[in-house]
Amino acid sequence: MTIDHAIALAPASRAVQLIGTDLTEKSLKLHLEGLSGVDAVGLEARAAGLATRSIKTTSKAWALDTIIRLIDLTTLEGADTPGKVQSLVAKAMYPDPTDPTTPRVAAVCVYGDMVPAAVAALGSAHAAGSATGINVAAVATAFPSGRASLAVKLADTSEAVSAGADEIDMVIDRGAFLSGRYGLVFDQIVAVKDACRRADGSYAHLKVILETGELNTYDNVRRASWLAILAGADFIKTSTGKVSPAATLPVTLLMLQVVNDWYRLTGERIGVKPAGGIRSSKDAIRYLVTVAETVGEDWLNPHLFRFGASSLLNDVLLQRQKIATGHYSGPDYVTMD
Amino acid sequence: MTAHLAVPKTYKLYIGGAFPRSESGRTYEVVTKKGAFLANAARASRKDARDSVVAARSAVSGWAGATAYNRGQVLYRIAELLEGRRAQFVEELRTGGGLTEAQANREVDAAIDVWIWYAGWADKYLQVTGNGNAVSGPYFNISTPEPTGVVAIVAPQESGLLGLVSVLAPALVSGNAVVVIASESIPLPAISLAEVLATSDVPGGVVNILTGSPAEITPWLASHADVNALDLAGASNLEWIDLQIAAADTLKRVLPPEPGVPAAAVDRIQFFTETKTVWHPKGII
Repeated sequence: MTIDHAIALAPASRAVQLIGTDLTEKSLKLHLEGLSGVDAVGLEARAAGLATRSIKTTSKAWALDTIIRLIDLTTLEGADTPGKVQSLVAKAMYPDPTDPTTPRVAAVCVYGDMVPAAVAALGSAHAAGSATGINVAAVATAFPSGRASLAVKLADTSEAVSAGADEIDMVIDRGAFLSGRYGLVFDQIVAVKDACRRADGSYAHLKVILETGELNTYDNVRRASWLAILAGADFIKTSTGKVSPAATLPVTLLMLQVVNDWYRLTGERIGVKPAGGIRSSKDAIRYLVTVAETVGEDWLNPHLFRFGASSLLNDVLLQRQKIATGHYSGPDYVTMD
Repeated sequence: MTAHLAVPKTYKLYIGGAFPRSESGRTYEVVTKKGAFLANAARASRKDARDSVVAARSAVSGWAGATAYNRGQVLYRIAELLEGRRAQFVEELRTGGGLTEAQANREVDAAIDVWIWYAGWADKYLQVTGNGNAVSGPYFNISTPEPTGVVAIVAPQESGLLGLVSVLAPALVSGNAVVVIASESIPLPAISLAEVLATSDVPGGVVNILTGSPAEITPWLASHADVNALDLAGASNLEWIDLQIAAADTLKRVLPPEPGVPAAAVDRIQFFTETKTVWHPKGII
């Protein structure tokens, strides 16, 4: 039996920098399993403590607008059509048509084959690399299960990128991760990152979905976060939204802690995206508090923090209308999803 | 064994089929007519009212979508349960409402009768308030009433049970979901009625009962954009003209205050409905 069967891991500068040039399955495994264990009780207590902050009046108004700016407005249904994507884009550009001061969302998130529809619908509002405008994010790599061959995943990715996607949300192979084949997961992320390369040499932003609901333990979430960052992720994202539990506050806090560790180690800022299950403004505000208290307010910007959500936006708009008019609004006064 | 220590009941709100305390944590003292302490009742805040509207809104489709016959059966069963709890209501009306034993019994009787009367209308009011209209063309032209949605009610303040039942039942019959503010001075029968509703077949959220100050809560319900109609039956002591003005912003139907207990009437059922008229070609049938 060969214990040390080295896989030729794809070179990824971050991993080489941290682990060294003898990057093997074994060295990667040693590093990931050498991470200290997560104090689950402490983590949950900290998250619960952060969730008790009371955010009112002007702070709340600021928080609501910030939430809108951080939303990846998402539609990921089998029944999606170009028309559905078009109305999603309209909502992304003018979330509340009755109030022109409403900010735009950060991005629309769709399946890869809907990218051309989203790009066409955005028109001049499409960011396409500029600082202003709305990005198009595409889920790729056999989302949501990730059960496809690497060739299919790469084709999925490069097709979305060439169709104009600014961001790629990839899923990791949870089966491989849970069975300890970290090298395989690492290689796939590196390969997908490579497939994010555009013709002009720039890269589409890569968000790596850990699907924390399937990782079972906080320790695994910490390892998967490190793994994704080492392999070149620009963002680490909690969930696909197709598995329950999706994003939770403790898991997001834990991922923010990893991001913070990475920042202290290298000075490089990695983004975090909780996705799925965040439906109320109140919940979303708790995430803002957690971000500000863990990695700092610098992270409350669309390059470093996003909400993957669809129904959250309507709740935020209802709250905004309440602040503007002084009375409670209702679902008749926002668009249907 | 030691002597039994009495366990006083905590009177809470009834929102979305559950019995939460007020979000604000506030309570107020419920006293007898002579001023003796009876119980602490929850003093609902505007956020409790908001939560109630959310619960009511999500309950509308199920309740309005139930068949008229089924709604009638469900409401009838509540009357059966009221009978079973008669002693409790009599006691609460006697102590909290200042009625004599005989008066309290009569009020419970009347409340059950009113409830039965309205329950019977569930599958009949459509025939009475709907219509087949005469049109000059080969069409059936049919007008039918449909529930308006979420109804906010200020219950009569002087009658703890009969008053509440007389405003609650007519709004429920057609399939509306209700947020009702109980009598401020006699709230205990309202919460006991909530216990009856919770153990009946009325889906959670169809009836939401708040106790506390109508003067504080009603303006929030009157201006709430997701409330479709407002029954101000027990609001004669409030600034109800202002409430009507607030309600007009979102074109709510508003019933003005009434002295005493509103009489049972089909008009009250019809008031909380919207008429839908459909044209149907005759040739196809």
